[in-house]
Amino acid sequence: MAYEPVIGLEVHVQLKTVSKMFCGCTTEFGGAPNTHTCPVCLGFPGVLPVLNRRALVEAIRVALAVGCKVSDKVKFHRKNYFYPDLPKDYQISQYDEPLSENGRLNIKINGGEKTIKIKRVHMEEDAGKLIHEEGGDSSFVDFNRSGMPLLEIVSEPDINSPEEAYMYLTDLKLLLRYLGVSDCDMEKGSLRCDANISIRKKGGTGLGTKAEVKNMNSFKAVKSALEFEFERQSKCLEAGERIIQETRLWDPDKGITVSMRSKEEAHDYRYFPEPDLVPFALEAAMVENERKDLPELPEARKARFIAALSLTEYDAEVLTQDKDTADYFEECVKFYNKPKIVSNWLMGDVSGYLNAKNLSVRGSKLKPQALAGLLKEVDSGKISGKMAKDIVIEMLDTGKDASAIISEKGLAQISDTGELEKFAEEAIAENAKTAEDFLNGKDNALMFLVGQVMKKTKGKANPAVVNKILRDKLSKKQ
Amino acid sequence: MDNLYSLTAGELLGLLDKKTIKPEEIIESVYSRAQSVDKKIKGYLNLDREKALSRAKSLPSSGKLKGIPVAVKDNICVEGELTTCASKILRGFKPPYNATVIEKLKSEGAVIFGKTNMDEFAFGSSCENSSYFPTLNPWDTARIPGGSSGGSAAVVSADEAVMAIGSDTGGSIRQPASLCGVVGMKPTYGRVSRYGLIAFASSLDQIGPLTKDIKDAALLLGVIAGFDEKDSTSVNVPVPDYASYLKNDVKGVKIGIPKEYFVEGMDKEVEASVREAIALLKGKGAQIVDVSLPHTEYAVAVYYILATAEASSNLARFDGVQYGYRCEDPANLLDMYERTRGEGFGAEAKRRIILGTYVLSSGYYDAYYLKAQKVRMLIKNDFEQVFKSGCDCILTPTSPTPAFKVGERSADPLSMYLSDIFTISVNLAGVPALSMPCGFTKSGLPIGMQLIGNFFEEGKIFNAAYAYESNTDWHKRSPKL
Repeated sequence: MAYEPVIGLEVHVQLKTVSKMFCGCTTEFGGAPNTHTCPVCLGFPGVLPVLNRRALVEAIRVALAVGCKVSDKVKFHRKNYFYPDLPKDYQISQYDEPLSENGRLNIKINGGEKTIKIKRVHMEEDAGKLIHEEGGDSSFVDFNRSGMPLLEIVSEPDINSPEEAYMYLTDLKLLLRYLGVSDCDMEKGSLRCDANISIRKKGGTGLGTKAEVKNMNSFKAVKSALEFEFERQSKCLEAGERIIQETRLWDPDKGITVSMRSKEEAHDYRYFPEPDLVPFALEAAMVENERKDLPELPEARKARFIAALSLTEYDAEVLTQDKDTADYFEECVKFYNKPKIVSNWLMGDVSGYLNAKNLSVRGSKLKPQALAGLLKEVDSGKISGKMAKDIVIEMLDTGKDASAIISEKGLAQISDTGELEKFAEEAIAENAKTAEDFLNGKDNALMFLVGQVMKKTKGKANPAVVNKILRDKLSKKQ
Repeated sequence: MDNLYSLTAGELLGLLDKKTIKPEEIIESVYSRAQSVDKKIKGYLNLDREKALSRAKSLPSSGKLKGIPVAVKDNICVEGELTTCASKILRGFKPPYNATVIEKLKSEGAVIFGKTNMDEFAFGSSCENSSYFPTLNPWDTARIPGGSSGGSAAVVSADEAVMAIGSDTGGSIRQPASLCGVVGMKPTYGRVSRYGLIAFASSLDQIGPLTKDIKDAALLLGVIAGFDEKDSTSVNVPVPDYASYLKNDVKGVKIGIPKEYFVEGMDKEVEASVREAIALLKGKGAQIVDVSLPHTEYAVAVYYILATAEASSNLARFDGVQYGYRCEDPANLLDMYERTRGEGFGAEAKRRIILGTYVLSSGYYDAYYLKAQKVRMLIKNDFEQVFKSGCDCILTPTSPTPAFKVGERSADPLSMYLSDIFTISVNLAGVPALSMPCGFTKSGLPIGMQLIGNFFEEGKIFNAAYAYESNTDWHKRSPKL
């Protein structure tokens, strides 16, 4: 029997604010354990939380970007459970009235598009981190992460393959990077993902018994874990067994999921409204301001690149896959208004260099204005396109301007007809047979003569000028 | 002067102003009074003469409470000083920060004097639930002082402190004030910052003054009130000059008498004293009207659902991980949690944690917590209706009985819970209320009355209270110790 997976993803994103969700501590990553803490994020007796307005604003921006309806009220709940890295033994989160609901994300899949509905986006605080002594029986706790502002983005179970899950995460990350609200660095824990997966007969409706998979620390791991789960659950049903609702952990070394706890042991979180944070009204005008202030998002930007800058769909797609690259591209175009040429250079030589050196376009020494300068030199005929390919590498290495490199190395193209005429005559004299061939109608022969002149000038001759001079001279001979 | 300890803050400030005395002399006087009488009362958990003296010597150059020693309930954080909520689970805990009220007191020159005993985590109405020792009533040491701020009320009553601060979640300032014959006030919820008050029930807790007279109460509240950006539940309403309300004039002041607070079976002496007080105010020109607070009968039930729900969550952090008590040699994490909490909390704390956990658990939330929240709104509406009808204050007894005997109700939690029957509604509604002496029983036990005001109208309460006090001398009586 053919099955299909039904997948819903819960993504936790750490917002890139300066201070934590409910206190003034820094959100900087790293730092010796328990140095980025205060009585509030340590949950000391008597302390009270105060909501970070910036975290709220960033949460609203994300909610708007995924098309959610933002609530007119901000309300927090306590989620009660005991854990050594949870300083208050409850987490401040949102429950029955989340910040926002009913959004969507369009993903690209199999050359088409698919809409994944987003159930809700809500705010909560992070817990600390346990460090277990290797080979010993002690555990240590680091509260630097405690109280970091998190967003939980919950999708509807609209995802029907591990590939779709992968694309959803990729596109969500792209969106978040465009908004500039998070590093989305899975290694630093600023983006985490749990997956709910059940299976059903292909084309069926309704939901089967689901498993929740945790502990996946890369998009690839999510994909692999879901592939494994799909197989496992399919085999389970084929064998006539029942699937149990449970939480499973992904073991990346073995490439399998293992059961962590079944529903019987599930927590009763005893949610109730957080009495230390009085619910308050969210001003519609403030939300509208944030909506107006949203940057152009990847989909819209891609469409504009195609329509207004006449880029191909492929080029537009590649350039908008990363906000920095798209910004960089547009800056270049501001200085040099030939989008297709800029696009070719960025996607070709420049990205080749950056990939090889593992650099980002923003981190490279080549500034947009400088790249535009180089392209203008090609247009003016001062250098050839081929020379430009060498020069751009040097620009990337040194951060120098094209003009500086050209004059330093004497790379300027020879367009001086007097000088070139001399070389052309030499070439004709040295290759009388070829010259004759040309005159007898072999057009290709001219290319050889051009090549000879280029050789004599060590590649500095302007091939177009050389071409013209040769034609003139040979026609005169006739 | 060797009887400085018996004076009010207002009187002492007058002497300090005239430079007749020095702050150190007040400290010495009050400290030696405490030395001699606290053996009988046991109001203090910690009292350090040297610390108080050095604080008195390094006071700011000015301040509304300059040189006045103020005792502090043990659930309010004082930096570097033991703050244990009278619980074994916080034994040895010294907060690394000051509560906002402590900062405010210090900036007005008050001397943080000592930490007073209380029912563990403020769970109780008798001060018998301290994990250290019970505090006793200065008027009769066979009796309880009331709770949970029993220590703060008793030390003010016994002249072992000039003023004190306590916390009131369901009557914990007013009830002991009533039973000890002093003035105690729970301000409007949000009027005083809760930052640094170790929470019992966050939506009900409020810090307030315990003093020897109304003038001192107005003075102390004026110092500790005000918006605090560290407390999201504090309200940004300007603090009026409460002293300007201290007028011996209640002509035209409309005082509501709720029929639900004068029911069959209440203590005859309490009822008689409160009725006499009403008559006195009427004689001074107050307009006395009958009012109704129809949902009063549900208050105790609603309170014990909401307060325990919040308490169960607020007390979760006492888990042995970061601070305070941890059990010996735990076998594993679960064992550590279970034994730490099992050994660290007293019986009443456990009772409330279990009750609160139960009412929040899935399947019961709607029936208990949510329902209680709805009834709470009805109770609040009751008060709003009365104040909308033009009442300036509501007058009731504070406690249905005078101080009861030590141990009398300890075996019966429900009868203990009923000690707060007249005070609990006020916390549920969030309005301010004050208790002040209004008589004595034949056997010499203080009787208190409660004046309840509209939101942020503590001033009107002070006005009525001051007019009453100016025409009586109950507040001038002192227990014989």
